[in-house]
Parts: sequence; structure tokens; C-alpha cells
Amino acid sequence: MPILDSTLSLCLMLIATWGLIGLAGLLRPTSLRYVGRTLFPLGGLCGLALAWVAAMSLGAPAEQAVLPVGLPDLPAHVRRDALTSLFLLLLGATSAGISIFAAGYFRRGHGTSAGLLCLQYHLFLASMGLVLLANDAYAFMVAWETMALSSYFLVTTQHSIPEIRRAGFLYLLMAHVGALAILLSFGVMQGGSWQFTFDSMRSAHLAPHWAAIAFGLALFGFGAKAGLVPLHVWLPEAHPAAPSPVSALMSGVMLKTAVYGLLRVTFDLLGHPAWWWGLVLLAIGLFSALYGVIFAATQTDMKRLLAWSSIENIGIIFTGIGLAVVFQGVGMTALGALALIAALYHTLNHAFMKSLLFLGTGSVLHSTGERNLGRLGGLIHRMPWVAWLTLVGALAMAGLPPLNGFVSEWLLLQAFLFAHEVPRSFVSMLLPLGAALVALAAALAGYVMVKFFGVIFLGQPREPTLARAQDAGVLERIGLVWLAVGCFALGLMPTYVIRALRVVVQELSGASLASVNAPWWLIVPLPDRGASYSAPIFLVALTLVVALTIFMVRRFYHRSARRAAPWDCGFGGLTPRMQDTAEGFGQPIRHIFGSFFAMTRELPSPFDSAPHYRVIVIDRIWRGLYLPLGRLVQRVADACAWLQQGRIATYLLYSFVTLVVLLSLML
Amino acid sequence: MKLFEILTQALELIVALAAAPLFLGWVNQCRAWLQNRRAPSVWLPYRGIRKLFHKEAVLADNASTLFRAAPYIVFAAMVVAAGIIPSMGTHLPFTIAADAIALVGLLTTARVFLSLAAMDIGTAFGTLGARREMMVGFLAEPALLMVIFVASMISGTTALPAIADNLATQTLALYPSLAFTAVAFTLVLLAENARIPIDNPATHLELTMIHEAMVLEYSARHLALMEWAAALKLFNYACIGFALFIPWGVAAGGMGPVALLASIPLLGAKLIVAGAALAVIETISAKLRVFRAPEFLATAFIFAVLGLLVHLLLGA
Repeated sequence: MPILDSTLSLCLMLIATWGLIGLAGLLRPTSLRYVGRTLFPLGGLCGLALAWVAAMSLGAPAEQAVLPVGLPDLPAHVRRDALTSLFLLLLGATSAGISIFAAGYFRRGHGTSAGLLCLQYHLFLASMGLVLLANDAYAFMVAWETMALSSYFLVTTQHSIPEIRRAGFLYLLMAHVGALAILLSFGVMQGGSWQFTFDSMRSAHLAPHWAAIAFGLALFGFGAKAGLVPLHVWLPEAHPAAPSPVSALMSGVMLKTAVYGLLRVTFDLLGHPAWWWGLVLLAIGLFSALYGVIFAATQTDMKRLLAWSSIENIGIIFTGIGLAVVFQGVGMTALGALALIAALYHTLNHAFMKSLLFLGTGSVLHSTGERNLGRLGGLIHRMPWVAWLTLVGALAMAGLPPLNGFVSEWLLLQAFLFAHEVPRSFVSMLLPLGAALVALAAALAGYVMVKFFGVIFLGQPREPTLARAQDAGVLERIGLVWLAVGCFALGLMPTYVIRALRVVVQELSGASLASVNAPWWLIVPLPDRGASYSAPIFLVALTLVVALTIFMVRRFYHRSARRAAPWDCGFGGLTPRMQDTAEGFGQPIRHIFGSFFAMTRELPSPFDSAPHYRVIVIDRIWRGLYLPLGRLVQRVADACAWLQQGRIATYLLYSFVTLVVLLSLML
Repeated sequence: MKLFEILTQALELIVALAAAPLFLGWVNQCRAWLQNRRAPSVWLPYRGIRKLFHKEAVLADNASTLFRAAPYIVFAAMVVAAGIIPSMGTHLPFTIAADAIALVGLLTTARVFLSLAAMDIGTAFGTLGARREMMVGFLAEPALLMVIFVASMISGTTALPAIADNLATQTLALYPSLAFTAVAFTLVLLAENARIPIDNPATHLELTMIHEAMVLEYSARHLALMEWAAALKLFNYACIGFALFIPWGVAAGGMGPVALLASIPLLGAKLIVAGAALAVIETISAKLRVFRAPEFLATAFIFAVLGLLVHLLLGA
């Protein structure tokens, strides 16, 4: 049935190729050379092809097909529309860089063998692709669960370490609780037709309260996958536990499938979101953004810091979606489209910059064996490639112009600027305050990134072993460069990105931005309202002034410089221990936002001969919500334990009673 | 007309570059008078910068390229920022490329590079300064954005020239919201420019210093650029304040060269008054402990938010 000329079948074939590449890994599971040098680059090429196909098909009309796979009478439906294309583009383009990096990354000595890892990795990629293409609840859930399971196995690659097994279990648990909610949401959305294809859900007319219930369940389910507070607890455990390319995939791409799912349900399957759903999204998004970034600032493990920062970014994306729903619900469609474009833009941005940063930490981890920020430092001299490319990601993450992180924040703030025009009194006054929180989160992200980059790459090495650190290999560099170029491209050519996103938004919500006749280098989101931004001119102006200043200084003065020991206040000898540690750098945050943390401090007394200082920072939500919940589950399980008598006669009795009850219900 | 706009832009940049150290000198002179000291010449900052340019640069042994590049980037960021702010005319060709939010982003870029450079050598002071600077930064940035937000809501755009134009050309209207945000802006200005309640530009006391701690390892041309950039930052902040709160006299759209020329003495007068006011504030207030800085900036933030609420309630 597949015809080569339709992009849908091309996408399916590329995804199937991923599966085949994964299976090929089993042929010679222990040969690192075969798996690393052949299969992973092939997977990367496959991702590149997928990105190309998806980009070409963005503007094309939607197409769908029925695949003869699955249970009898339940064939799998697939569909490709603009939203799918956008996320396939994200998946393909990001995973291309990550796969090339992974080709150089995986080495001997990890728990899972290389071939098995290759299978899990490519299965993970393929299942994410299928999640995006699925057009019925069965296919979607199968792909969703495959995604969860394959990533679970990837997280537990080093399964000999107990903490990693624990992190994996927590992840699996949250993934399944979330999946359950999504399943229930589909159950509500079929609206009595008992047809579980997305087409029938689109045409089903739900009563407002049922629609709200379906939305709430979907928000819970996809929020658990995305890591929205308070469903975020697995994320800072699982993402750091995985090998770095997998962390990059999980943070950069897998979280985005949750964004995709929520958009699909809210705008497509349910159709007309009520405006107050947006307020819920907005509140949760803003809280997640702030909560995530505050915790990120206090972390001392570099990958955990990035994981918390992912929570922040997901929060910002959901804030954008929430704002779009509010605008859309009250009929301000142009602004709704703007907010949605901002959210989608940030989704793309975050995929590139977070993958870049995670891969950077991977290189550092490989060459130093350290994840603890307190034992790093000064690596810019030893690992210049990794350092400078990571700097691109860090600056983008900090939301600095002219890189990509700034563009989406700028668009979001532009949308917030008109939030006070929402014709709902009181709400219209609260909404602009959201901009203040977005600004605070963005400013804190800058703090986090200075800490992240400064402590790892700048200063003096905190351990003598760091002097042996080696820069990343060629394949790793290619992967990093690809993602850094992505950050630059998204930052410098926002007009093209927005043009593509406009198509997606138009198809998704029916709303469109008024098209503006602005040149390619200028973005003017709302033509009648003035503000505009041009990243290329910005970059050119900045570069020009830098070049001119350097030229003038050299022309009129001199360029002589000499090296000397840094000023040590006359004490003689600066030691690396005099620098701020990661804890020290996070100290103002702990001081200012103390109420967010459950902190225990161990301070040395003046008479200690071996003083030590320790601060343990715990998530209040973990302590206040999850531990009591866990205890409750345990207690209920204990209470039910008496049912398990262990005698076969008792179990037969249970079956008999159940049968009688069911029969009496039927009759 | 296009040529005239480009000339306006060039004139603004030249005036900013040339007058920034003078403004700093003026503030220092006023401070000295208020403190019953004999004032140094207003030209002292120029002499300092010139002297530094002639010196031989001394770099720490482990200084990386980032450390050497940072002064140029910080300086360039401040120069570009000066190009965005309508200090004399509102028809600036460059401002279509960057609005007020981009301006805040630009100031943040400068701060991030300054902090990274401070961490590069790995001295205790450098990282301490970087940490404090970033702390002040993340508290001040939202307050500044809120201030800009209120002004933007009044004018319906975040483009700075349009805001200044809008406020300057309409008949005198009192905006209570702008009164609140002006207070917030003043607090942000003090904090961001390392002025007295938060930082003391005249001391190297390790317990309190922020900005000086970060540039401690810089010398010669690098330090000259850093100091010039700091002076430009103060000048820029003053001009942002003028554009948002007292834009009268700025050559608005359609006005010719005469209006532009007339705006120069007016800008000078505003700067003289603002510099004197800054010196008074610095003289009558005491340096806060570093941990009181969050309260100080939270006050700024609250004032800005109050301004926002007042604007939404009263529509003015």
C-alpha cells in the first residue's frame, strides 16, 4: 500500500528504518566499532532525512492512511498534518546531532551492551515518531508506551548502580500513571461513539463539562510526561541517570512529545478550548517555570541542574500555550496565534539548546568522570571545542540576543503586553503579572547559566586530575556543532521560522497572524502595533562595534600584553579552593527563595578540628506530597493483603463470587 | 530624510560616547561638593581612561580568550544600547532592529559576559563579584522589564522611540502609573550601576564590593574599556529614564535639524539635574548590607507592579 510519493509513507519508511537499524545492532551486539561507527551515524542520517521530509511537507495538506498492522479489526491509523510535520522536524533535526554525538560517545564498560543499547535507542526514536503520526488512540497508546519502556531501559543502562535503578523505577511509575490518565482522556473524548480513531473524536460533540474533564485528564497525563510541577519529581532523577545522549533525547525531544500531545488534544481533538483552561495552563506553567529555575540554581550536579532547567522551559512553553488558549477563548485570535507561535518557537529552541548542553556535559563527564560541579573548573583550556560550543547553548538558554532563546521570550512578552485587553475583568489585571514572572524566570535562567558555564569551564581546575582532560572526539564535535548551528539559525532567521509556525498555528487553531510585508531580516509580529526585532542587524551591529573597537585600540594605542600571576592580595598563592563552589554560587538563591526548599544545614562549630559544612536541599513537594502518598499506597496495600490467603480454594471462591456478582448485574 | 536619520543616529552615538565619562565626572564632582571635599575635575574620568589605554596590559597566567574578549563585548553592548535609546531624536534607523525588550536583553548580555570574565581567573573576589552581580541582575531585570512594560502599555508598543514620541507629543497628561514606575526605575538604576545603597564605586572593601570585584584582574586597555562601558551604562540608564518619564524636548518625527540641535542643550540640562539628584541620593543614603539588596530590589519590583495595577485600574 505505501506509495513512495506521499510524504506520509516516506516518514513511515524512515521511522521503520530506525527500527531496522536498531535490530541490526543485535547482529553484533558487542562490537563497538560496528554499532558506534556504522549504525549510529546511519541513524543520524535517517534523522536528517526525516527532518528534510518534514520540513518540505510543512505547508502540504494533511494526509492520512490506514496501516494493516495491529489487532484484528483494529488497524493502525496514521496521519500527517502541519503540527506533526513540525514535531517530526524537531525530532529529526535534533536527533541527527545527538546520534552523531552518540556514535562517538558510547564506549565499553557501561552496563548494557552496545548492540542492545542501539536497539533501545532507535526504538525510542521510532516510537517518538509514531506518537507524532498516530491517528487513533490504540496506535497512540502503543507508541506512547513503547516510548516510555524503551527510554526506561535507556535510563537504566548502568543498572548496577542502585540510585539509577531507583530513578528508573520512579520514571516508569510516573510514566504509567500519566499514561493511565491519557487513556482515560481518550475514553472520555470518544463521546459515546466507542470509536477510538482521532477522526471520530474530532467529530464528537462533548458537553462542556465532559470536555473539561477530558482536558484535565490530558493535562495530567501529558503534564506528567512533560514534568510540570507537581508531577516533575521523576525528571531530575531520570534525566541525569541516563547516558548523556539519552538525557539529551529525553529533555530535548521526549518532553516535546508531551507538548505535542497536549496541543493535539486541546486544539485538535477537543476543538474549541474554553478560555479558562488557559488560565489553568498559565498558572501551572508559570509556577513550573519559577520552581524549576529556582531549583536549577541550587543544584551541584551538572546534569541535574539541566534537568531542573528543563522543567523551567517546559513551564514557559505551557505558559505560552495557556496564554494562547485564553486569547483564543475570548476571540482575540491574532494574539492567540502570536502566543502559540511563541510557545512552539520555544519548543524548537529548547530542543536544540538543551540537547546541546546535555551533550556538552556528556563530553565533560567522559573526559573527567565527574558530574559534580564542585570538582570541575577551568576546562576551557583543556576542552576548548566543548567549552565554546557549550557557551553558545548557555547563552541561548539565558535568553540573550541575538541567539534563539531570546526570540521566543520576546514573542511571548509581546503577547503578554496585550493581555490586559482580555475582556474579563480581574483576569485582565492578573494576566500582565504573568509577564513579570516570565521575566523573573528568564533572569534567573541567566543566573543558572552563568553558574553552569562558569563553574565547569572557567576558573582554576578544582581537582588535579582535570589536567588530564581531553577535548571531545571528531564525531562528538560534529554533533555539538550541528546543534550549535541550529541555535544560531533559529536565532538569526526568525522570519522563516515564524513563517513555518504560522502554517502550523493556522491549521491548529484556525487563527492566523496578519501577514506583514516586512523584509526577511525583520520580525514584526503585530503590524499595527509597532514593535519589531531584527536579529541579523543586531548581530552585525554588535560585531561591527567589537571589530571597530579592536581596530581603534590597536591603531591608536598598542597591543602589548604580558602574563603575570593573578593578584592574591599579598597572601601568596591562590588555591582553587578559594573560588566559589557550586553551592557557594547558589547561596543567594537559597537565601532569597528559602521558603521553596526544605533545607537542613549542618554548620561547623568554632571548635571543630575537622569542620565540615553541609546543606541538604530537598524538594518540598517530594516531602509533602509524594512521601505521604507513597505511605498511603503502602497502607492500603497492607490492608488489602489479607485477601491474599495463598490457598487455591480461596481464590476459586473469589472467582465464583465475582462471577455471581457480574451475572446478577447483567440479569 | 533618510540621510538625516542616519546623521541623528551617528550624532547620538558620538554624544553618548563622548559625554558618558563627563556625566560620571559631574556626578563625582557633585558628590564631593555635598561631602565637603574638594572636587576633582569633571574631566578626571577621561584622563583615567586615556592613561589606562597607554599602559601595558597585564593578564593573569590562566586568563582565557573569553577574558580578553569580554571587555570588547561589554563595551560594544553598551554602545549598541546607546544607539537604541532615543536621547535626542526619535527617528533612529537602528531602532527597528531592537525594541525595549531587546535593550534589556542587551544589558543582560553585557552583565553575563562581565560575570563570566570575572569567573575566568578563578580568584575568590572574581567569583564573589560575579555571584553578587548576577544576584542583583536577576532581581533588577524583572523590575526594569515591568517598568518598560507599563510605559509600553500606555503607548501600545515596546518600541522605545514610539514610547518617547507618544509621551512627548501629546498634551501634558499626568500618569500616576508612571510616578510609581519612576520610583522603581530609580531604584533599579542605583542597583544596576553599582551606586551607593547597593555598591560603592569609590571603595575596594571586599565585604561589600560587586562591580570592582569583577574587574579586579583587568588592567590597561581592557580596564579602560570596562570603565568606559560602566560610564556608558550610567549614561544609558539616565537616557532610558528621560525617554520613559521626561521625553519633552526630544526631536520627534518630522522635526528638522533645528529641533535636533535644540535637543542637545536640553539633554545636557537633564543630565546636569539628574547627576546632581543622583549625587544627593548617594550622599543621603547608607550602603546596604549585601543581603538587604534583595529587599531593596523587591521594593523596586513591587513599585513597578503597583504602577502596572494603577495603570490597569485607572487606565492612565
